[in-house]
Amino acid sequence: MMSRVTKGGVTLAAIAAICTTLVAATYRLTTERIAANERAWLERSLAPALGDLDYEGSITESRLILEPPHELPGSDAAIIYRAYSGGAPVAALFAVTARDGYAGPIRILVGIDVAGTVTGVRILEHRETPGLGDGIEASRSDWVHQFDGRSLGDPPVDAWQLRIDGGRFDQLTGASVTPRAVVKAIRETLLYFDAHRAEIFDMPAMAEPQ
Amino acid sequence: MTSGQFVDRMQTGLWRQNPGLVQLLGLCPLLAVTSTFVNGLGLGIATLVVLTCSNVLVSATRRWILAEIRVPIYVLIIASLVTCIELVFKAWFPALDRSLGIFIPLIVTNCAIVARAEVFASRNGVVASLFDGLGMGTGFALLLMAIGFFRELVGRGSIFSQFDKLFGGDPSAGLILVDGGWLLAVLPPGAFFSLALAVALKNYLDGRQDTVRAT
Repeated sequence: MMSRVTKGGVTLAAIAAICTTLVAATYRLTTERIAANERAWLERSLAPALGDLDYEGSITESRLILEPPHELPGSDAAIIYRAYSGGAPVAALFAVTARDGYAGPIRILVGIDVAGTVTGVRILEHRETPGLGDGIEASRSDWVHQFDGRSLGDPPVDAWQLRIDGGRFDQLTGASVTPRAVVKAIRETLLYFDAHRAEIFDMPAMAEPQ
Repeated sequence: MTSGQFVDRMQTGLWRQNPGLVQLLGLCPLLAVTSTFVNGLGLGIATLVVLTCSNVLVSATRRWILAEIRVPIYVLIIASLVTCIELVFKAWFPALDRSLGIFIPLIVTNCAIVARAEVFASRNGVVASLFDGLGMGTGFALLLMAIGFFRELVGRGSIFSQFDKLFGGDPSAGLILVDGGWLLAVLPPGAFFSLALAVALKNYLDGRQDTVRAT
């Protein structure tokens, strides 16, 4: 007859083994679908920032990862996706971080076509106040659309600011810290693009980190 | 007597012993995700599935489990179930998984689930535990939905926004009744106020029924 302690240990081990098998089996069954979903979601979330530009192939496969320190906004890795058509560059998408949001960093996606015009801006991640700062989300207000079609010359660099700071862009009702951070990140991204345009499109793509 | 038992367990879970309203269990997800109806619905369904499966498994294995090790075993069973559910959600409902984020893995810490394993499933048969899981899970899910609905209506002035997160399709803003709303309702304090109102309403209704019975 086993002691109570041994019996308890054996039961626990048996149940742990069964549970582990269950989780392992589910993982094997779902892992491919999950990877496909992740890729599809990334492509879908990138597409709106490209406006209605035509491009070939998959933008997620053409990415560059810039580890900090880099000259783009944000102190974490910046990702650049390139879109090409017939071998010629069409546009670049920058996933960068605006550090000075009201409630922590704001991850934004800035699409810039080869001529330097903004094709679209989308907010990827933020923790701004619901109902105030979250108006930067495209699904909550059309605030982010005011950047579409703008470039460094239109308005001039000095005017890439909120109206209250003497610039040309609208703030949000009840929130100015959040939009100010976003505008600043877009301006810095445009300046970076202007300075590094050729390199951005010539660099070979980087493989998925394993 | 199965159908009578079923009705009894459902009544207990939905009203008499509602995990959120009466036992005040699982408040962390309840308060955190209920900023919209759709989030409440999603987490409600996930919790319902985990609670029902864990009740059935705990009840089915109850004869072999020594009292001393029952809690680690509940934790093992619940954690494995939640991991499986999370993977299934990621594979088949990616949008919902994204909108609920950390709260799916955090179902593990929902004390309503351990409480039902300990209080009910470890002492009752598989069928009764299945009914109990369904009743309690539905009760919790309905409360999540009701609070989500209320906070969304008051806080944003909309109904059923972001339905696309659950069912795919184009992003939808839902039915917008009023532009903007009373912001407090969607902020964390609004969750506490809404829950307090729900508990007060239940107590008021129960009190009235008692008065009716007494007269």
